[in-house]
Amino acid sequence: MSADNIVELKKVTFSRGERVIYDAIDLHIPRGKVVAVMGPSGIGKTTLLRLIAGQIKPDQGSINFDGQIINKMSRPELYEARKKMSMLFQSGALFTEMNVFDNIAFPIREHFDLCPDVLQSMVLMKLNSVGLRGAAELMPSELSGGMARRAALARAIALDPQLIMYDEPFTGQDPISMGVLLKLIRQLNDALGLTSIIVSHDVSEVMSIADYAYILANKKIIGQGTPDKLFKSESPLIHQFLAGEDDGPVPFHYPAQPLEQQLKEIFD
Amino acid sequence: MNNRKIEILVGGFICIGLAALLFLALSVANTSSVTNGETYRLYGKFDNIGGLKVRSPVKVGGVVVGRVTDISLDQESYLAVVSMDISGRYKGFPESSTLSILTAGLLGEQYLGLEPGFIMPGEDPESQILTDGDTIQDTKSALVLEELIGQFLFSQSSED
Amino acid sequence: MLGNGLAALGRNGTNIIMALGQSGLMLFNAIWALPNFSKNAPLVIKQLYVVGVQSLAIILVSGLFIGMVLGLQGYTILIGYGAENSLGPMVALSLLRELGPVVTALLFAGRAGSALTAEIGLMKATEQLSSMELMAVDPLRRVIAPRFWAGFISMPILALLFSSIGIIGGHLVGVEWLGVDVGNFWSVMQAAVDFQDDVLNGVIKSLVFAFVVTWIAVFRGYSCEPTSEGISKATTQTVVHASLVVLGMDFVLTSLMFGE
Repeated sequence: MSADNIVELKKVTFSRGERVIYDAIDLHIPRGKVVAVMGPSGIGKTTLLRLIAGQIKPDQGSINFDGQIINKMSRPELYEARKKMSMLFQSGALFTEMNVFDNIAFPIREHFDLCPDVLQSMVLMKLNSVGLRGAAELMPSELSGGMARRAALARAIALDPQLIMYDEPFTGQDPISMGVLLKLIRQLNDALGLTSIIVSHDVSEVMSIADYAYILANKKIIGQGTPDKLFKSESPLIHQFLAGEDDGPVPFHYPAQPLEQQLKEIFD
Repeated sequence: MNNRKIEILVGGFICIGLAALLFLALSVANTSSVTNGETYRLYGKFDNIGGLKVRSPVKVGGVVVGRVTDISLDQESYLAVVSMDISGRYKGFPESSTLSILTAGLLGEQYLGLEPGFIMPGEDPESQILTDGDTIQDTKSALVLEELIGQFLFSQSSED
Repeated sequence: MLGNGLAALGRNGTNIIMALGQSGLMLFNAIWALPNFSKNAPLVIKQLYVVGVQSLAIILVSGLFIGMVLGLQGYTILIGYGAENSLGPMVALSLLRELGPVVTALLFAGRAGSALTAEIGLMKATEQLSSMELMAVDPLRRVIAPRFWAGFISMPILALLFSSIGIIGGHLVGVEWLGVDVGNFWSVMQAAVDFQDDVLNGVIKSLVFAFVVTWIAVFRGYSCEPTSEGISKATTQTVVHASLVVLGMDFVLTSLMFGE
């Protein structure tokens, strides 16, 4: 494990029931960078984040986070390690029974015994960094989708983690909030010295801020490199994915017998 | 809803719960059960106990003074042995007391009636008093309806 | 045919054993560690409000009506034997021994149990539980344990209230309306009801029911499919399973406590 990588996956195999999701993949996330993980829907990109967070365990291989092997940790060690990472869920996952302020304060209150003044100033700073200081008293149900995700982002950075994982942060966002989120992710990463992993299939948006990208398909990593390098790639699969073509190595049709043959069987 | 209001409501909830327990304990149940506290044990032997059960009351003049704690059969004499705990508050029943199995009302539960005897004058009164572990000698068994009818028929036919 | 039947039996058997194991493990993890009182007491109090105080209305109203019905039915039957003075013990004993704990548990499963399942299921479906785990906060301790304790504490209180108000309902109908002698009603009741045998055994029953009903409710929520369909299925299962288990266990407990 090189000290420059905060996360390293070595020969990780994971299957859900009979279905193999990952077949011996290697992946490393350099410290301080914004890394994009892309791929078609339903390929288990979220699963990758859950593996890194230790919520599920791989069948084989090792997952190394900040010098420790996540999948071999005991429960208390795992909870200790999780204080150094956080995740922004697709839905935001704000606690619906608390207002925005209490949501951001939640992880701080759970882990530290701070006096109310310090706590309040900390929470307001976090809210200020995502531009929601004025919305502290609102309930999650009163927020728009983009605001909810920004509030969740403020909660994700509440404990000053080293790693933030974004699970599909751009789905269902209007262009303005998309722009805001992109700017925030880049800004927070550079200002707080974080490492970010973004799982997404919004190619152009993610590529615009990523330092490095992985493309997953067919249980494997089919391409990796800087965005420039990937766009210039010769591989037809990478080309199909980045350009969004409907047919190619990833077929338009779900595997089936030829249409003529099936029709013939019906009418016979 | 702020925290303080919730705390007050929950406090009130627990209080009315305790009030309900108190109500059940004081107005509904009999907590002044005679067998709570100090008791002493007496025994009685019967030919037939009828429908007497464990926990049936022992009464003196209608006042509950104790409860039946155990009913067993003496293997040698084939008599029913009834053990009862009498409250320590009621002491000093004479040895010549009578124990009979009675019925509360026509169809009611059966209970033990203790009829205090007398103390022979001139002898040591201490030695004539029932204490823990003593057996009451004078017992009257339960009335069994079939036997009553049998006796009645027998006496009818002997009159003829 | 026989093979299929056997296979189905085996599958159901293993499923049941697996669910038992998982739910036992969940409960163990949730409540085993010593609670941190300064942090957990406010959470339990909040849940006591949701689970207990908010169930008060349904419990009190049903208790009153059930007591009144008992008074009315009991009177019409007992008057036939000229035994209307036994109305008091009849009402009190049926409430304290059976109806109080059992009906409270059934109402609790419907009112609070289903709400617990739905709430926890929704937290799971919206990834709130997952995000809590990632903040290094154990949802078993933070979400499941306070709800479990609140249910366990509040159900016996609700059962006591149910029995009390039911006896008052019986008094209203029997004494105030039908004219049973008030002195007889209460004194015959006091003579027949034993605090330890009847009141305390009823409380023990409702503690057992509280344990299983809340356990089923939180486990169904915690283990549900994180979809809207899964939540609705889990909520139904909570009510059905909790009711069946309560009725079944009631028979076992009754035969242990009151059987010869």
